[in-house]
Formats: sequence, C-alpha cells, structure tokens
Amino acid sequence: MKNTFKLMVGLLMAGIVMTSCNNQNSSNNKANGALSSSAAEKVYVAPGEHDEYYAFMSGGFSGNLTVYGLPSGRMFKEIPVFSQYPTNGYGYSEETKPMLETSFGFVPWDDSHHPDISQTNGELDGRWIFINGNNTPRIARISLKTFETEEIIEVPNSAGNHSSSFITENTEYVVAGTRFSVPVPQRDMPINEYKGNFKGALSFISVDPEHGHMDLKFQILMPGFNYDLSHPGRGKSHGWFFFTTYNSEEASTLLEVNASQNDKDFIAAINWKKIEEYVNNGGGTMMPTNYAHNVYDEHTHTATSTMKKEVRVVNPTDVPGAVYLLPTPKSPHGCDVDPSGEYIVGNGKLSANLTVHSFTKMLDAIENEKFDGDAYGIPILNFDDVLAGTVEQPGLGPLHTEFDDQGNAYTTFFISSEVVKWKLGSWEVIDRKPTYYSVGHLMIPGGNSRKPFGKYVVAMNKITKDRYLPTGPELEHSAQLYDISGEKMELLYDFPTHGEPHYAAAIPASIIKDKTQKIYKLAENQHPRKALSDSDAKIVRDGKNVHVYMTMIRSHFSPDNIEGIKVGDKVFFHITNLEQDFDVPHGFAMIGANNAELLIMPGQTRTLTWEPKQVGVWPFYCTDFCSALHQEMQGYIRVSPADSDIELSWSLGE
Amino acid sequence: MKKSNIIMLLAAILPLGLFLFPLWKITLEAPQYPTPLGMYIYINDFADVNPHDIKNINLMNHYVGMKYIPEAIPEFKIFPTVIIITSILGLLIAFKGNYKWFLGWFILMVVLSAAGLYDFYLWEHDYGHNLDPKAIMKFTNPDGTQMGFQPPLFGTKLILNFTAHSYPRLGSLFLALGIAGAFVAYWVGKKSKTVQASTA
Repeated sequence: MKNTFKLMVGLLMAGIVMTSCNNQNSSNNKANGALSSSAAEKVYVAPGEHDEYYAFMSGGFSGNLTVYGLPSGRMFKEIPVFSQYPTNGYGYSEETKPMLETSFGFVPWDDSHHPDISQTNGELDGRWIFINGNNTPRIARISLKTFETEEIIEVPNSAGNHSSSFITENTEYVVAGTRFSVPVPQRDMPINEYKGNFKGALSFISVDPEHGHMDLKFQILMPGFNYDLSHPGRGKSHGWFFFTTYNSEEASTLLEVNASQNDKDFIAAINWKKIEEYVNNGGGTMMPTNYAHNVYDEHTHTATSTMKKEVRVVNPTDVPGAVYLLPTPKSPHGCDVDPSGEYIVGNGKLSANLTVHSFTKMLDAIENEKFDGDAYGIPILNFDDVLAGTVEQPGLGPLHTEFDDQGNAYTTFFISSEVVKWKLGSWEVIDRKPTYYSVGHLMIPGGNSRKPFGKYVVAMNKITKDRYLPTGPELEHSAQLYDISGEKMELLYDFPTHGEPHYAAAIPASIIKDKTQKIYKLAENQHPRKALSDSDAKIVRDGKNVHVYMTMIRSHFSPDNIEGIKVGDKVFFHITNLEQDFDVPHGFAMIGANNAELLIMPGQTRTLTWEPKQVGVWPFYCTDFCSALHQEMQGYIRVSPADSDIELSWSLGE
Repeated sequence: MKKSNIIMLLAAILPLGLFLFPLWKITLEAPQYPTPLGMYIYINDFADVNPHDIKNINLMNHYVGMKYIPEAIPEFKIFPTVIIITSILGLLIAFKGNYKWFLGWFILMVVLSAAGLYDFYLWEHDYGHNLDPKAIMKFTNPDGTQMGFQPPLFGTKLILNFTAHSYPRLGSLFLALGIAGAFVAYWVGKKSKTVQASTA
C-alpha cells in the first residue's frame, strides 16, 4: 500500500508538471542590431521574424495600395482599391463589381495617391487607411483588420482629387480637395472663360467613429485655383485645415508658364470647425448632383452601390472668419503641419527657399486684421505677419516635408534629388543626402500625426534608371530607406515599389498585427447565395440564368460535374469556401470566362459569371495550390446546344 | 467531524473539477502549422484549442483515411455519470464511513480511472488504425504492415510530418488529487485509530 501511495504522489507530480509547462511562447525578437552600424544588419529581418513597421505605399497609376515591411522593404500584399484585380477577381466578381461604380458608370481604374491612417487624439489608431482616387474623384476606406477595401465614395464637383485624403486628428473627417477647378455645377461653357467662373471644391467627408462609414458632409466652393496638397492642423491648430494652391493666376492654358507668373500663391487656411457649426445650424445650400457611394459588407461578402443625388455646398464668404489665404512662394506642393501644430510648411516647388508659417502669428494676424487685400472676398493675410521663418537655399524644388519626434523636419527636393534635414525654429540645415533619383514624397511612420516614430524615413523616387537590373524601357519605381535615429541620416537600402507610389503611411506593426483577421467565419456568412455544406450544393435554372451553388474544400468542388447547361445561358457560379483554417484559399477558373478567376478566402462566398459560347465539355479547376491533391481539384461542365432538352443535373463522386 | 473525514469530503468533491477543466490535451505540431492544431478532451466533449482545430484535424487526417473525430461518443454520457455517482458515494462515506471505507473508495477510483484510460487507449487505437480502405494516401511500416496513426496515450510521438503530444490537463489533476486525497484520508484515519488504540 505504501508503494501505491508513492506511485500516486508520483503521478500527481507528473500531472502538475505536465499541466503547467505547455505554454507555446512564440519568440518575437526584433532584429535591430543596436550595437551595429552596418546598414545590412539594420535592414536584415531574419527568416521567420517580422518587420517593425507596416508601410502602405500608394500604387499611383496601379490604382491600388501595396503593403511593405520596414526596414526590410519586403512587399507583403497588393490591396486592390480602385482598379480591377484579376489576381483575386476584385472588380470582376459580382460581389465586388459595385465597388467600382461611379456617376460615370463602371470605372475599372484610377490613380491612387495619398494614403492616411485613422487617428485618435492625433495618434495612429490603426483601424482604417484611406486613399484617394485622383482621376475619377473618389475616396476609399480600407480595413486594417481584413486589409480589404470596404468603402468607396465618389466626390462630386471635383476633378483631379489630389489634395486628398488626409485625416483630422480624431478621424472626424477625411478631406478631399480638387486639383482641377471646374464649372460647378458642370455645364457646357467656353474654356477660356475659366477665370472667375470655375470653382475649386474642398470636400469634408465625415467618418462614422464606429463603423468608419463615410458621408460627404459639406463642400466649400473656393476660387478657381488648383488645390494641390493639404494637411490637418493638430494640437493647437486642430480644427483648421491647410491647402496649398497654385495657379492663383487662374490660367486655363499652357499652365507650365501661365500658372507660374505670380511671385506668391496661397496656402488656404480653413477653420472647418466653424464651417461645421455653420452647416450643423442649417447653413449652406443643397445642390443637386450625382455621385456613387459603394459599401462592402463583410457578412454578406457583397458590395452595394447607391447613387446620391445632392450635396451641401458652402460659399466661403458666407461664413466670416472661416477661410483665409496665406501668401506662399511659389506654386507650393506639399502643405505640412509639424507635430505640435504650430508650423505650416509650404514647399514652394519653384522657389529656392522653404517657407514656414506660424499658426500663432496667423491667429494674431486674423485678430488684428493684418490683411493684404482679398481674393473673391476671402481675406489674404499679410505675408510678413504670418511668416515663422525661412529655410534659406536648402535645395532645388522642395516638394514635401515630414517631421521626426525631435523637432527636426525632412524635406524632399525633386530637382536636386535629395533629402534635407533641418531644424524647426532655427531653420538651419543639419544634413543632406542624395536620393536616386528625383524624389517625390517622403514618409516617416506616423509623420502625419502628433506622434511620429522618428526612426526611418522612406524616400519615394520618381525615376529609377540604373538602380536595379535593367528590365527594358518600363521600370518599377524605387524607394530608399534612411536611418534618421542619429544626427546625420544614413542611407540603408533601396527597394523597388509597385506602380507609382506618391505617398505612403506607416505604422508600428505592434498596433495592428495581432488584430488582423485570419479567416471569415462560416457561421457569420450572410451571403444570400451561400452553400454551407456539400449537401447545400445545388443548381437552379431561372430562364437563361443558371445559378450554381457550389462549395469548395480540400480538395474538391461540390458539385464537380454539371450537365444541362446550354449555349446562350448565363451561368453564375456562387462558390463558398468551406475551409476555416488560416491561409487556405481556393481559386476558381473556368475555361473561356471573359473576366477573371476567383480567389476565395476561407468562409467567403464569391460569384463568377460565365457565358458558355461553345458546345462541348469544359473543365474548371482550383487555381490556388491548396493541398497535395490540388491538381485533382477540378470539374466538368457539359454545354449542349441552345435547343437541347437535356435536364440540369449535377454530381459528386459518382 | 474527524480530520480524516474532512479530507475524505474534499477528496470526494475534487473529481467534480472534471466538469470544469479538460481531462486531456492532444497537440499536433508541423512546420506549416506555426500555431499547432490541438484538441481538448473533456469528460463530456471534444473541444478546439483554437477555433476550428478539430475541423482542420479532420480535414488533414482524411488524406490517410482516418475517420472524423465524432461529435459525441458513448463515454461522454458514461463518464460524467460515473463521476457523479462516485462523488456522491464518496460524500456518503465521508459523512458516515471510517477509514476502511476510504480505502475502498480509493481502490474503486483507481480501478475506474485505469478502466477509463484503457478505454481511451482503445478509442485512440481504433482512430489511428481503423482506416478507410479508399484512403487517398496509404503508408506502410518497414515490415510491410499498414502504418497506423495512433496518437500516444501519454507522451510525444512523431507521426509522419506531425509531432503529436498527448498529456493530461487540469481536470485529470483534480481527479488525481481526489484519489490521492482518499488515500491520505485513509492513512490519517488509520493512524488516529492506532493512536487511540495504544492510548486506550
């Protein structure tokens, strides 16, 4: 009996040990190489380890958004936004086609420029990222949980949606300004009557704090300048928004000369809180218009497009004290506000100097009416009374400035191809480094917020030339990564970027990576044509339309063989991926389909339309190498002549 | 109430922890599963360690012809009944019985637990060896016999590309403590009886 007791105690101890030592601790070491100054070590992220930052690069003429890691420069994903994406069927599947609807009909492409991440209290919160479509004016909202485009709103009365999409410090608004002024409302009129007749619409799109849904709250109809870039005030200047303008000459032809005559253009300072109050009290007028609002529902896996018929417009002179113009040399591009909200940098791209305005002095000039005339009734503040300082001769062609958390600013110079670091307040140049070549925007993680993460700057170059192995006349663009943690900048790395990144936004990976979604839950799938098990699989004929309710799971389609389809039918494949495991998508490709494939995530339902044109037996198959039996994942469709009387039938494993 | 009876009371209650905590855990590790697949075995249920683990174990195991892990097995009815009955029995003994009864309950529980473990082994053996003859992939041992995929009863074992771990969890600890407690109650009761006898 003594022995039994010992045995029991022994088992007991074993039980305690076994139950307590089963924690799977995933190591999360950062490969920072703090002791090393080697550039290679600073950008090296060892296999299996994660980057410190997510960087979201606009796709420019790809119309999309690409996701990179910093400091490695590895590309993780291309998120389709404004462009059809045959890779996964975005903009081709019935569920996603409504995302690309506009007042011009289906527009399958755009030019995406300036991503900006949602904020709370002026700091990145990592909920959504917004980006503008420049060509057919639109703003998109992308979830940073699913990394999918969830919403696109068209911006009426706008053309060349360029001074967009920038976020106020509690994501109250995503702001979109027009680069091209146009007749508002649009009408048939001579182009040379531009001056005084065209308007520049600045749009304030409110963002629902819960779901992120966008609503075009009001548009300010400004004089017919070109509104190039913008940034929100923050901290003390929260409630204001700043837009650079060029072509204050209001030229309508050969702008490269005619819009470059004025010694100074303007930064337009908008007190949006004041206008919001005016609008909330019924101010402004409702103007008939037509624009699309497209919303994707994660549970139905389906987008809907709604046409909106009116917009509230505000004449800036109707709200006294809400809009002022700050003279700024010379055709300024970037309009950048430092983390404290005090300094507003106008990057006069044809000027030799950088102009910095003071928010405090601006308020003082407004209070004491230090005006220097007006433009269409909008007061112009006296240049010398708002100027904080000038960075003298820092380089040629200043385009864009961002800030670190140490009171330094970093400006790109397009013409002299360099990044220049300078000090806020003393305006002295601290360091300069060449870029390869012709840099446009630059980006510091959190750069458009009260709390930048001043470790890296990424320069986005417009010209690539010889930086990589040559690939014929057409090249990818190039980004460069600099370490800015020290006094002097250090060029660490070059990496090619997809499309034409105009701007980027980055966020510490720790803020979002643990919140990202791995699968869509089948239990939450509310797609009206889902099939949740093999036994739900069926085919329903409705005249010439044939609806195939199909499932896919490793490694078969159900049904896999279908007969009774006829030439002239329109076949809708509604396919549900029954997997519930991370990273097990299945694809669907149908021979002769005039659209694209479908790539269907676990738990998701997608629909591809196929119009069979030829009699025969035609295969379909899974395009994503899903398992060891991926090559067996296939099926056939028998297509009979239009007048055939073969009944619909389907089967699996018979 | 005598000290030994109080211990017995606790010993009788402890196995009820099986209704709160899992009895066993089987974990499957493979390179392409950075988060391993895992299954908890409760006294009345199989449960995912992470959402959908059992579904994913089933999907994977069907390649070698293993049956789907059932939604329910008869044991899910038998085991809870046995535990409730033995606990009630233990409580009655704690209130009414003496140390000899404690030993009896202890032996009963050891026998029943051994039977439970043997039943678990049989299920595992069937699960790992009773394969679908139309299995997609068939593996044989070096001696030509059909390879089985039985997870270990206790310990760690390499099964094709998976490392399978099978270990008791908190519920088993409660049961073990209860059983051990009954023995302690017996021991304490016997000792005090001996002391009484010698002082008498």
